[in-house]
Amino acid sequence: MKTVYVDNNATTKVAPEVLEVMLPYFSEYYGNPSSMHFFGGQVQKKVDEARAKVADFLGAEPSEIVFTSCGTESDNAAILGTLDSYPEKRHLITTRVEHPAVDNVSTYLGRKGYRITELSVDREGRLDLDELRESLTDETTLVTIMYANNETGVIFPIEEIGEIVKARGIPFHTDAVQAAGKIPLNMKKSKVDMLSISGHKLHAPKGIGVLYIRKGTKFSPFLIGGHQEKGRRGGTENVPYIIGLGKACELAKKHLDEENTRVKPLTDYLEAKLLEKIPNTLVNGDRVHRLPNTVSVSFEYVEGESILLLLSDLGICASSGSACTSGSLEPSHVLRAMGVPFTAAHGSIRFSLSIYNTKEEMDYIIEHLPPIIQRLRDISPFWKDYLKSQGKI
Amino acid sequence: MWDYTEKVKDHFLNPRNVGEIENPDGAGEVGSLACGDALRLTFKLDENKRIKDVKFKTFGCASAIASSSALTEIIRGKTLEEAAKVTNQDIANYLGGLPEEKMHCSVMGREALEAAIANYRGQKVTKEDFEVICNCFGVTDREIIKAVRENDLKTVEQVTYYTKAGGGCGQCHPKIEAIIEKVRKEMEKGAPPPKAEKKKLTNIQKIKLIEETLGREIIPALKADGGDLDLIDIEGNKVLVALRGKCSFCPSSEFTLKQYVESKLREFVSDDIEVEEVRP
Repeated sequence: MKTVYVDNNATTKVAPEVLEVMLPYFSEYYGNPSSMHFFGGQVQKKVDEARAKVADFLGAEPSEIVFTSCGTESDNAAILGTLDSYPEKRHLITTRVEHPAVDNVSTYLGRKGYRITELSVDREGRLDLDELRESLTDETTLVTIMYANNETGVIFPIEEIGEIVKARGIPFHTDAVQAAGKIPLNMKKSKVDMLSISGHKLHAPKGIGVLYIRKGTKFSPFLIGGHQEKGRRGGTENVPYIIGLGKACELAKKHLDEENTRVKPLTDYLEAKLLEKIPNTLVNGDRVHRLPNTVSVSFEYVEGESILLLLSDLGICASSGSACTSGSLEPSHVLRAMGVPFTAAHGSIRFSLSIYNTKEEMDYIIEHLPPIIQRLRDISPFWKDYLKSQGKI
Repeated sequence: MWDYTEKVKDHFLNPRNVGEIENPDGAGEVGSLACGDALRLTFKLDENKRIKDVKFKTFGCASAIASSSALTEIIRGKTLEEAAKVTNQDIANYLGGLPEEKMHCSVMGREALEAAIANYRGQKVTKEDFEVICNCFGVTDREIIKAVRENDLKTVEQVTYYTKAGGGCGQCHPKIEAIIEKVRKEMEKGAPPPKAEKKKLTNIQKIKLIEETLGREIIPALKADGGDLDLIDIEGNKVLVALRGKCSFCPSSEFTLKQYVESKLREFVSDDIEVEEVRP
């Protein structure tokens, strides 16, 4: 069976070039970068080179790059590390559509007595910046707002937000896990103080992440240990993965144009054809300010898990914001925050592409999805009711 | 990814009895679009008051569709009295089990059946007659009590898996906890006394019963899989047997012997029976 992988916001394939540069660091160059001998020293040099590549990709200084184990750790470290630096302030501002790596940390802090403001989004998944302005107080410790949403691909105006937040002198963190590698990021021109990225979303392996910390930002280490990462994150460097991430960032920078010239046209083509061929299909989220690789669509009167399993049966790998796929009983918090109508909230499917996808693959999806939706609608009690209510049968 | 059984996958990919019967004798609908799953069940009876035809339409995940399909297969040919005895566990068992988080799909099947039978009998079951405990999913105390009783549930999380109650905002968790406690107390009081000891058998009776049990319960099942079994000897509580046919070289013969032959003999003859294989 052929595999059509369109779930790149979940994870990506490790680029062959990335794997290749990693391999020698498992068996040949296994030294500890902190060691005094030549054997560790040569590894230290390579880690420095990788750090420079990541910095170059983000438009940052190498000293501003802290390697972590994953995006979740980066988010946790940014939030908890900042709060720890300002013990007298106890107010966090975030949004209702964050990834669990931020969302559940803010819930946790709420239980600990912090005041949490969760900014709402509109039907298109957009923030109201006036709500943000009104929420900022002298007590606000940190504002953490994601760069782009993992489920809908909607991009927030991070620089505009940064202007507002920094005018009040408040630290600003953004979870850019989904944005990195898909849209340009340049910390030199940015208002962001801290930014999280994750390796496995940009063709590096799982198990490596980065927290960018702007020079001069107050920060207490989240993982307390040795002097590694200039005392900002204890633990021996995950050398092969750092080397891999360096390569992945170098490739991502090189391929950034293709996200717009190759990936975006494929996403748009898929979206247009599905809307054309399947009635009662809605696109979730702002279609203008959106990642080039992501489209979330909802098919009314059918349920997402059923769609996914029938797609999976044909080798098509996508994901859904439906309740049933996660084991929770309610549709995703993102779709609920957006107020997606209940006829559609359970039937959402997210396609997230990468530079490895082809037009043939999109055609394969476009050929097979309409009959799947029709088949499930034929089983659904509501479809016929709907058609009747519309006078269509 | 959910670990669905082959039977769940089969009933999801090839659902039986999809549709709606025109002018049905009974019709029941539970769930809603907002809740994420719903089932509409319709049936017709024959002249002997047995379910002649039954059809379903379901909106929901794979296990909801499979549970609905299984339900229709289970109840077809049954009288309404027989059908009314079908529990959600029967539906899950028919499918070879469901992930616990998905048990509410089997409960939805049982509820739709109940609603359809009530509809046939002209009874009206309305939610207003009961207290709504979970407002997010509109689950009443009656449904929770039934699920706790029929499935021996112990925790709020389990109640959520089986009925969805408590799966939204979580405000009703204390109420659910109170219901569980109350029902479990009642269950303990009303529980049947522990099973009477099996009657003491004479040796002759025991040998006869072992032979009977082998002939009636065990050998036909083995034969169905191309195997067979001979009784060689009985020494006290030790039953010596030889496996024949496919069983004799089956890699899982040890499993068959202990899990199947021995447990059947223990069930029907005596709790202390041990089965041993005699190899030629």
